[in-house]
Amino acid sequence: MRHLSVFRLVVAATFLLVAVALAVPWARVPAISFLCFGLAALGLTVLMRAGQVSFGHAMYAAIGGYTVAFLARRFPGADALLLALAGVLASAVCGAVVSVFLSRYRGIFFGMLNLGISMVLVSLIGKLYTHTGGTDGLRFERPTMLGMTLSRGDFEIAMLVLVVVLALAALWLVQRYFDSAAGQLLAAIKTNETRLEYIGVSARRVLVQGYVVSAALVGLSGVLLALVQGLVTPEAGHWLRSGEYVFIAILGGSATAVGAFLGAAVFEIIKLTAAAYFTNAWQSLLGATLIAVLFFAPDGLMAARRARRKDVSS
Amino acid sequence: MNTDLLMLAVVDGLSYAGLLFLVSLGLTLICGVFGVINVAHGSLYAIGGYSAASVVMWLLPKQPSALLLVASLFVVALVVGGLLGAALRVLLLRHFQDRDPILQLLVTFAVFMVLEDVQRWLWGATPMTASEITSRLGTSDILGVTFMNYQLYLVPGVALLAFVLLQLLLRHSIAGRQIVAVIHNREVATALGIDAARVGTLTFALAGVLGALGGALSVPTTSFVPGLGAEMIVTSFAVIATAGLGQVTGALIAAVLIGVSRSIAVYTVPELEVVMPYLMMVLVLLIRPHGLFSVATARKI
Repeated sequence: MRHLSVFRLVVAATFLLVAVALAVPWARVPAISFLCFGLAALGLTVLMRAGQVSFGHAMYAAIGGYTVAFLARRFPGADALLLALAGVLASAVCGAVVSVFLSRYRGIFFGMLNLGISMVLVSLIGKLYTHTGGTDGLRFERPTMLGMTLSRGDFEIAMLVLVVVLALAALWLVQRYFDSAAGQLLAAIKTNETRLEYIGVSARRVLVQGYVVSAALVGLSGVLLALVQGLVTPEAGHWLRSGEYVFIAILGGSATAVGAFLGAAVFEIIKLTAAAYFTNAWQSLLGATLIAVLFFAPDGLMAARRARRKDVSS
Repeated sequence: MNTDLLMLAVVDGLSYAGLLFLVSLGLTLICGVFGVINVAHGSLYAIGGYSAASVVMWLLPKQPSALLLVASLFVVALVVGGLLGAALRVLLLRHFQDRDPILQLLVTFAVFMVLEDVQRWLWGATPMTASEITSRLGTSDILGVTFMNYQLYLVPGVALLAFVLLQLLLRHSIAGRQIVAVIHNREVATALGIDAARVGTLTFALAGVLGALGGALSVPTTSFVPGLGAEMIVTSFAVIATAGLGQVTGALIAAVLIGVSRSIAVYTVPELEVVMPYLMMVLVLLIRPHGLFSVATARKI
């Protein structure tokens, strides 16, 4: 019953989003950016399922984005879908390499080591000016989509459709992963890792699995954002961006996969409010909201909603 | 690399290590007592530096002596760091005390974001520095190489003094021994009549002073720009992770290791400057997963 209502909600929200974005041209880029932030937060939700928080995951968005930019500049004829696939693969591979080292750490060490690695990456991108364009980033020509050369407006619509489809697919797959045996093992790292080891499962392997999934999801969001803008900058991997992803994931909670997108919607509303009324207070607004959420709803908005429903029914 | 350059790199490195050690000491102290990494410690460093620069700029037209200028750095650190550190604990972290450490880490991260904006409101984005102090203190020649007295004597001296004083405080004063007792076991310490809440506030104030002092002593040699706090918190985390969380003597050794290797990189392969601290950390952690001086802990099932 509950699953059904969430399903209906998702379908309704999708239709609404697509309808608004098609009717109002200026809403397309914000809609795409909202879904991309949701995708990235979904990646962090996977890690939060195992009780881990990463303060450096935006680096995978940067890796994905820069891969797209490099390839698009090197092979001007490459298709957007091929570029996206290559970008996600690069993020997943980097995630696999990093997680071999990181999977032995939990909690504070895990979070801070991610932050350290991401800061190294971002400052290297800033310093290696000849290859990465430094802080100006890399610009690239709009690629073809499925072999079609599109105008700017048409390309945005095509990207919107692509992002919506990928976001729905990711949502469904991650929810399936959470409900599967592998997903239950991931959640067991949070509840009791030692017992997990006692039943003969390698907790490190489980965490590596989750880490690669999360790196690929954040990478996907970076790839899509880079393709829409035709530009990638070191900002994509900045710690503040990682913090925003963590913020959204905390807001949504790790109870369900939908939470990440709910969190992203709230995040987008705060961002619009900040842009309209508090232009210089973006970070502090985010920080203050985070403190409030941690204090009043530490398990996220989805969990808070469910707890209230339980109160009402009992 | 010739010897002159090597000497320059080592003195630069030791001076940087001194600053790094002061900041890391605060971080590792809080980590020892609460088992939490205080990300907002990076803001304390930055705010300490900014306020010291403001005070020095305000003093300069009044023709102060060099001694007064240096003293002002310490006074600023004591006031700003102590007040902010204690406020952070009393107003905010006290309410999250028994929650999951990750959650507390997130709270300090949120505070860090807020304070980052506060710095921008108060001091803007223009670089701030107080290089006047280094020129007032003069230079000295050793083996034909000219060094700034500030970097050669003052900063390493203060860092060593802080180390010795902290050791004396922790071993021989009542307040210090209470801190050690709480680090060991909060519940037993409380049962023995130690006011753990007061000890907590004291620790945060002390750590705040150390962080702000690191900032105030950096400002004569570094220009402060937004984002410096983030860099410092990550570098000093590298120090305490290399040392083992909560290890004071270890932090000193790790700070020297990281500080000197970073400044040698500055003189030889400048591209690697930012990578150096993490490279050292990763090398150490590959061999000893929880730091050089970590102690074995029992598994809880």
